[in-house]
Amino acid sequence: MILDIITSGLINGSVYALLAIGFSLIFGAARIVNLAHTAFYMVASYCIYYATHKMGIHPVLAMLVAIILVTLIGLVCYRIFINPIREHEAAVLIATIALAMAMQEIMLLIFTGDFLSVPSLVSGYLKIIGVKIAYQQLLTICVALLILAGVWVLLKKTRLGLAIRSTADDREVANLMGMNESRVAMITMGVSVGLAGFAGAVVVPLTVVNPHMWMHPLIMMLAVVVLGGLGSLKGSFIGAYILGFAESLVVFLIPLGAFLKGSVALCIMILVLVIRPEGLFGVAFEEER
Amino acid sequence: MKKTSFLWSILLVLLLVMAVSPAAWGAKVIKIGVIGPMNFVQGKGHWNGATMAAEEINARGGLWVGKKKMKVELVKADSNEFLSMTDATNAMELLLTRHKVDFIVGGFRTEAVLAMQDMAMDYKKIFLGCGAATDEICTRVAKDYNTYKYWFRHTPINSTNLGKTSFIHVGTVAAIMKKYLNIPKIKVAVVAAKATWTEGVVKVSPVILPKMGMEVVGVWRPSPVATDVTAELSAIQRSGAHIIFNWFSASAGITFSRQAGELKIPAMQVGINVEAQKDSFWEATQGMGNYVMTLNTYARGVEVNELTAPFMNRYIDRFGETPTYTADTYGAIIYALAPTIEEAETLDSDKIVAILENREYAVPSGRIAYMKDAQGRHLHDVKWGPGYETALGVQWQDGELKGVWPNRWKASADAPEITYKGVVPYKIAPWVIEKYKK
Repeated sequence: MILDIITSGLINGSVYALLAIGFSLIFGAARIVNLAHTAFYMVASYCIYYATHKMGIHPVLAMLVAIILVTLIGLVCYRIFINPIREHEAAVLIATIALAMAMQEIMLLIFTGDFLSVPSLVSGYLKIIGVKIAYQQLLTICVALLILAGVWVLLKKTRLGLAIRSTADDREVANLMGMNESRVAMITMGVSVGLAGFAGAVVVPLTVVNPHMWMHPLIMMLAVVVLGGLGSLKGSFIGAYILGFAESLVVFLIPLGAFLKGSVALCIMILVLVIRPEGLFGVAFEEER
Repeated sequence: MKKTSFLWSILLVLLLVMAVSPAAWGAKVIKIGVIGPMNFVQGKGHWNGATMAAEEINARGGLWVGKKKMKVELVKADSNEFLSMTDATNAMELLLTRHKVDFIVGGFRTEAVLAMQDMAMDYKKIFLGCGAATDEICTRVAKDYNTYKYWFRHTPINSTNLGKTSFIHVGTVAAIMKKYLNIPKIKVAVVAAKATWTEGVVKVSPVILPKMGMEVVGVWRPSPVATDVTAELSAIQRSGAHIIFNWFSASAGITFSRQAGELKIPAMQVGINVEAQKDSFWEATQGMGNYVMTLNTYARGVEVNELTAPFMNRYIDRFGETPTYTADTYGAIIYALAPTIEEAETLDSDKIVAILENREYAVPSGRIAYMKDAQGRHLHDVKWGPGYETALGVQWQDGELKGVWPNRWKASADAPEITYKGVVPYKIAPWVIEKYKK
């Protein structure tokens, strides 16, 4: 059972981490609460489905194409819908949720509500101490962790990463130091949506593609971000795995209450916030930044 | 001059009002509202079945309503009931107030149908249900006949009978496994998605299955839209279950079957898996849904009576897929409404109800007779049993959905054996045979 919990927790946590870090990045760098973030993850999944099933493209190539395409779509959406109203946070909230619903309806119109799927990249399973783990699940965990490592390298070891972190720390000072804050915001948006695309790519062989698949991850992603501390990448990473493992524990330990896994995870978030309102790694007061 | 302009304006307004109010001219068509989740297979089935029926009626000139022949006009209403109850009730309201339909067919989700039923009853419009199984929808008729008498369930059989049939399927599969794999006592894992319609089976399974000589090794309740059930599957495998008695109506059915097939869980899936009833299931599970058995209404090659094959063949030729049970809007219009309207010689709901509730008639899926409860009160619910509606047991076998039940089935010890034309033997998955055969 331990191995099952670990595997399941790692998969859930990795997907939430990919989504939450992307969300935190754009919030930190540009103060944009992008509620359409998981909708891009949904669009990526549909792009992969279309490329593999209708165009006959190899799944790996389809995933790469989907990530690039979704990133471009994200940048276009940012320029048209979000950038003009960036300074008005409430308007951004409304605009992004409207954008998410519009993407849902477009997918519904094109693909209808039928449940679709994408073939696994690797079929078969491995047996470890009597527990069966699908090769696709192991691949998903490895790829997700690699991508997260790549994001860490980008942020810590590159000039772009430095610019993103500086802008997230203090926009005005970053601007004064010669960084083009609006260009950094746009690039961050691209990275953020790209991460959503990656999340779609790693998860799509394991899940069912449908126009409403963005909703549950949105709630969990917001819970992760709040749990970890708004704007904190480290917090998003750790919070994602906390909630991912919380969901796994519920399913294994309370079979009759497996449907409550989301609710339990949210309760954990609330509990943490009661004790530490700024989240695990958030800042208590604005001035501390 | 001013008076003339005023009079012309009044005349223009009157002409405009008359132009947009065709009802003012007197109805020349019978308007049937078709309500369902039109972006999903269930709603498409509703619409396709109704379309076939309307075309068939109109091809012969329409229906005789007294001395007048009237054609059928369908009005499509997207209830969007998977996502929004408000959308469902709004769609029903539009049918009743704006389109002023004469009859309504369709509905799928219990929660939505209960609300839509109330609205239709307020307007005294006959509503033939073609999707929701919950008993309560019909017990309302018995409890408050004058309000709910305009409701008739056309399909499927109610939840109690769905459960009864599913338990028969489990018993059938258990007997086959015991016989061929020499398993002394069959262990069953109950997996029911958390939804209103599965509450009953979760309560009764731990009571009924032991009485049938089986052991319940656990009950799991995943979310109806669960995207990962490997946790449940690992636990089920550890429990040593030989049969997974499953109840799914949404995407979890695909996820569960696919992951169980990928991991070669050594247990046979039996029960109700709505997604497994569709032609698209094989592709959706990437071929991993082999040997999944589910309750269904139609299967290619299986004939319940002389009406089944013509309906199936026409539907498949027209729409390229096997009809789901929601396509029984065809039967609701052709066999329920049309003859009753012609017999009543009117569109008056009360007169039609009085005739319809006492009729018995054949449909492609069997024979419809409306039940009464123990106190003799009308339920307007379809009767289950040999000679009436029994549903089918179907199993995915190497990419094809085959009918496997009823196959030499006896409803009771002294009842005749029933086998529908076209059913084939049930198959046990090779990895299950490998695990258990001694």
